Amino acid sequence: MAVIRDVMPVFELYQPASIDDALKLLDKHGTDALVLAGGLDSMDWLKDRLKRPKAVVDLAQIKELHGVREANGGLEIGAMTPLTEVVKHPVVREKFSILMQAAELVASPQIRNQGTIGGNVSQDTRCWYYRGGWNCYRAGGNICYADTPTAINREHAIFDADRCVAVNPSDTAPALVALDAQMVIRGPKGERIVPAEEYWIGPGIDITRMNVLAPNEILTAIRIPSTMAGAQFYFEKVRDRQVWDFPLVNVASAMVVSGDNITKARLVVNAVAATPRRLKSVETAIVGKPRNEATADMAGKMAVEGAQTLRHNGYKVPLMRNLVKRAIRGAGATWTS
Amino acid sequence: MDLLRWGRSPWGEWVLTHVSWSLFWASLFAGVLFFVAHASYMLFSAHRKRSSAETDALEAQYKNLPQKIERHGLTARLFHWVMAAAMFVLLFTAFLPIAGVKFAWVQWHWMAGIVLIASIIFHIIHATFFLDFWSIWVGPKDIPEFKAELMRDMGHEVPGAPKSAKYPLGNRLYHLAILVVGLTASISGILMMQRVRQPLFTRNPYVLADTTWGFTYVAHGVAGVALVGLVIAHVYFAIRPEKWWITKSMILGWVSRRNYLEHHDPTRWKVSGRA
Repeated sequence: MAVIRDVMPVFELYQPASIDDALKLLDKHGTDALVLAGGLDSMDWLKDRLKRPKAVVDLAQIKELHGVREANGGLEIGAMTPLTEVVKHPVVREKFSILMQAAELVASPQIRNQGTIGGNVSQDTRCWYYRGGWNCYRAGGNICYADTPTAINREHAIFDADRCVAVNPSDTAPALVALDAQMVIRGPKGERIVPAEEYWIGPGIDITRMNVLAPNEILTAIRIPSTMAGAQFYFEKVRDRQVWDFPLVNVASAMVVSGDNITKARLVVNAVAATPRRLKSVETAIVGKPRNEATADMAGKMAVEGAQTLRHNGYKVPLMRNLVKRAIRGAGATWTS
Repeated sequence: MDLLRWGRSPWGEWVLTHVSWSLFWASLFAGVLFFVAHASYMLFSAHRKRSSAETDALEAQYKNLPQKIERHGLTARLFHWVMAAAMFVLLFTAFLPIAGVKFAWVQWHWMAGIVLIASIIFHIIHATFFLDFWSIWVGPKDIPEFKAELMRDMGHEVPGAPKSAKYPLGNRLYHLAILVVGLTASISGILMMQRVRQPLFTRNPYVLADTTWGFTYVAHGVAGVALVGLVIAHVYFAIRPEKWWITKSMILGWVSRRNYLEHHDPTRWKVSGRA
């Protein structure tokens, strides 16, 4: 069980100045190492004494991981770039405003100053049984405490549960999938590029991880191609506390509309499964149709097909249906800052 | 190396969770080691076959027997191959993810488990009511046959040694091992389906206490890793040249008269049409 203490367990702190040095450290310490970005996920684990790494590799000193750069009509965002910097960047605001909206809705201004985009997309799930130190499937045990008859599972998954019902809590993740972003990963074997859609992995594939990063790999940058630059974007996040909370459900859409009809669409919902859920069947169905109430209604109904609710999260079905409808209509509340 | 994994229950008690997956590698290594050791021994040792003169004499004595003698009916063969397919799916879905091949394996695993259990239930009924139930079991009466097999494997001539009934001793010992391990995996697997989403019955993760769940997972894991070694041994013997006549009989259903007389005691496995 989680025992909140004031003092973190002892570990060696490393602050490498280059990616190569960081990779050497990760290679040396293996699973005994913890990668530290903004620290907003990691510090919880450390202060609760639920993770006891021997080495913490702080990436803050690696200059090449910082900053937003224009590249090939798109952007390359260093993984250690603070969310506030992403929100304020003029090209993000001009061409990829959905990312600005999503990043702007993450937590509080203080957290956005400290939190990085790499950390936001790579953070662990917030299932409170898991974060509380319970020995669940995700923690290496043999039960999902959130998926039992007496569980409190209001925040949990309605799709793709496979033993574990935890959800991905990121706000920027669905926006990046909607923008068809690519994740740049460096490891001992060099660099590899993973489409954002394939960056997150569900419990069926690996129940102890949220993304494809191996223990000896680092997310170095996120590339946003020009494909959806200037498209019609929509982002909406529903949360319990408007000032500072993880999403109950969020939706991100990027659409290209020609005349009255939708010609291209990418529609993504998060916090309903362990990975951001791209609604491909809905995208296919709405292409060629006008962006109106009828299309929105059809899309909303299609989006929730196959949802399986738990005892306390049935509300997520109409919530997701209505968010998808609003995303198609492009109307309703967008974001608050 | 820790052989068992432990975790804390919500009440702060240490409970078993499952076996260490290092055991999978140990079982795989043991299976391969056995395969290499046995194959080397058979290649280089003075392994003795039964003398052909002995079989020639029997052939002359039992010349009225048919050339093809049925060993496995179609039903028994179908059961065997369905069970084999289910077993391979179970092993691959269980252990490929541990070996690093990641895919959504749980649904395939329990579905193959259902096929295996259904085939086992069918086999129990079929063997009990339609086959010679006792022919597959081992007991004290098999000790002379065991000694003769051992002596022959060690390179000694064993003239007039007892022969087996319908199933050679190795078959029967393997059946016993697979029965124990397979039933352990099946029964624990059925219980573990209480913890995954499936359409057959309502989940109830609390149907057992934490400690009992721990033993269930450990039993399933131990049986699973044991099956890795057992299946390697089975496949190895199935493809060995001197055992090929048995494997062929599991495909075609029959053995030749000569194989029957060479390896079986006609008084213990009675075949109609005898001279």
